[in-house]
Amino acid sequence: MKRNVPLLVAIIAGFVMIVAYFIPYTESWQDKVSIWFDVLASIAFILGGGNLLKIQLKKISEQSAGWGYAVITAASFLVMLIIGLFKIGAPPHQNYLHMSWSGDYSETGTPFWWLYEFAFKPLQATIFAMLAFYVASAAFRAFRAKNVEAFLLLGTAFIILLGRTAAGPYLTNWFPDWMSGLRAQPLTDYLMQVFNTAGSRAIMIGIALGTASVSLKILLGVDRSYLGSGDE
Amino acid sequence: MAIMNKPRSVRGVLLLALTCLTLCSARARAQTSADPISNLHASDVTWDDGTAINLTWDAPASRTEDIESYWVYEAVAKIGDFEIEPDYVFKDVLDGKTTELHITGVKRNYTLVDIRENFGERLDFPALLKQSRSGILPKTAFPAGYKYRVVVQYKGNVRSEPVDLAEPIVTQMSIFDGGRKWLVLITITFCGAVMFWILHARSGKPIKVRKIAGLEAVDEAVGRATEMGRSVVFVPGIQDINDIQTIAGMTILSRVAKTAAEFDAKIEVPTSKSLVMTTARETVQAAYLSAGRPEAYNQDLIYYVTDEQFGYVAYLQGMMVREKPAACFYMGAFFAESLILAETGNSVGAIQIAGTAMPAQLPFFVAACDYTLIGEEFFAAAAYLSGSPEELGSLKGQDVGKVIVAVLMLIGIVAATIFAMTDMALFGWIVDFLRNSVLS
Repeated sequence: MKRNVPLLVAIIAGFVMIVAYFIPYTESWQDKVSIWFDVLASIAFILGGGNLLKIQLKKISEQSAGWGYAVITAASFLVMLIIGLFKIGAPPHQNYLHMSWSGDYSETGTPFWWLYEFAFKPLQATIFAMLAFYVASAAFRAFRAKNVEAFLLLGTAFIILLGRTAAGPYLTNWFPDWMSGLRAQPLTDYLMQVFNTAGSRAIMIGIALGTASVSLKILLGVDRSYLGSGDE
Repeated sequence: MAIMNKPRSVRGVLLLALTCLTLCSARARAQTSADPISNLHASDVTWDDGTAINLTWDAPASRTEDIESYWVYEAVAKIGDFEIEPDYVFKDVLDGKTTELHITGVKRNYTLVDIRENFGERLDFPALLKQSRSGILPKTAFPAGYKYRVVVQYKGNVRSEPVDLAEPIVTQMSIFDGGRKWLVLITITFCGAVMFWILHARSGKPIKVRKIAGLEAVDEAVGRATEMGRSVVFVPGIQDINDIQTIAGMTILSRVAKTAAEFDAKIEVPTSKSLVMTTARETVQAAYLSAGRPEAYNQDLIYYVTDEQFGYVAYLQGMMVREKPAACFYMGAFFAESLILAETGNSVGAIQIAGTAMPAQLPFFVAACDYTLIGEEFFAAAAYLSGSPEELGSLKGQDVGKVIVAVLMLIGIVAATIFAMTDMALFGWIVDFLRNSVLS
């Protein structure tokens, strides 16, 4: 029962999505299945929030390694939750001024908005900004010419980098017109449009077939490992 | 009468002048006449979802060479049984040689909310509402009838009188969307091939699958974690469980968790979606049970962090730097966080295995991880790891799909090349057919 019911739900939902794509009369079924998923995911969010709090409080009570971070996490979570849920500091909607909770919790100027704009967003941007440094360190490691393949990779990367910067045209525009294909810009475009596109499409075709195959296995009940069935 | 009173010679001159004036005026009128179109006809497109209409008309009989363009206007003229005064809005403009228009994206039905918003003033809404509530029309969506108007634009900024469609046209939804017939055929062929090979594998005939280094390394990675006394981190991506990549990641988690249970290694699964957390818990619990060590399962090691992309990344980075896991698995859908995670894992010396079907993230994983499952390898992992003939059979079926794609590509390339070189109509037709019918 624990396995068969979820499997049945997955099979029905999957076939509905496929059928709805080809039969116009059933198009709305597709939306209904998606809405059902959204409802489920929204309810599960309570589960996630509860789990987050439980884990953090456990770390704090046990004073396990890094419990200070757990304090910050739990406190941030509760502050945002309370401010958002109770619409603290949010002015009422202009059409319903007599109803104090009628306003939008994220309206400009509210404490929730302030925390989002001036605490959450900068933190998010900080993490994202680190990507630039990681790209540099990964590129340094990946582009070491240890063998022929690595050398080709390095050469291609060099041309692309050159073509994407102002230095590219500056350094290579002296090529005469009959050799214009060797200029950084057209060479970069050629590499991106021919070699890169061909490689990407090969991967994409494999992905599309793999997706279809996995989907079919799930719909036929051949692959049940996602239900926790393992090898049983 | 005034002319009659003039002398005879003067009268003759005036009559001549009047005749000339009349003739010139008639000629000028003929030159600036703006004849409208005729036989405006609309027909519903068959084998579609009821959102397309074909509009045709006959060009004016005269001055066709002076026609610059046709202006087409559209209006809702009927909702259910209720007529509405058409309020025409511009739809399209066509060159003077075209006398047909294929209209797509027609809104077939209007709900009561739409009707209230769009035609509130022009329609007897209370009557419609009453009809809806009375059970005559139990559905709250009403079919819409459309009218079209065509105006001819002549040279010299002269426009003809508008011609309207006599009766509103109501589109019909077909039982099957004919525009997708090729996709149906390809789907049936592909699914048939997969099912055939699954059945073939069930009959006991051996199926050979090439080795996938990334999956062979699972035991090595978990074993290393056990030897070092450190944890194994499994990251299932940042998409929800409705994403096929997350599901594929769960199947790999099943195997990794089983190995971890057998080796008595600690496996940690931080998730960014609640439903993924619950699914991962079920998967890991079943894996521990399967390994014969249900008592070692700790559900607190599979937990929810946050839905926010970079909040999740920040947590994982911090956790990796503090706990220094010996092995990191990244299996699922990843975006900008892929390189941040992989580089952090690399910096703490973890053995890393990644798998994703996001083409843009694959180079990052290849650069920073020890093993990467590229695209289809990632989806083949479940079959490869389980080793069951049924699942391995599906991989063979997948190969049939590849053959179909390869054959179509080959035909397309050859036809396009020959067409470009010889301009032969047959090859042009093949290219056009593949591009617009099969692939559209």
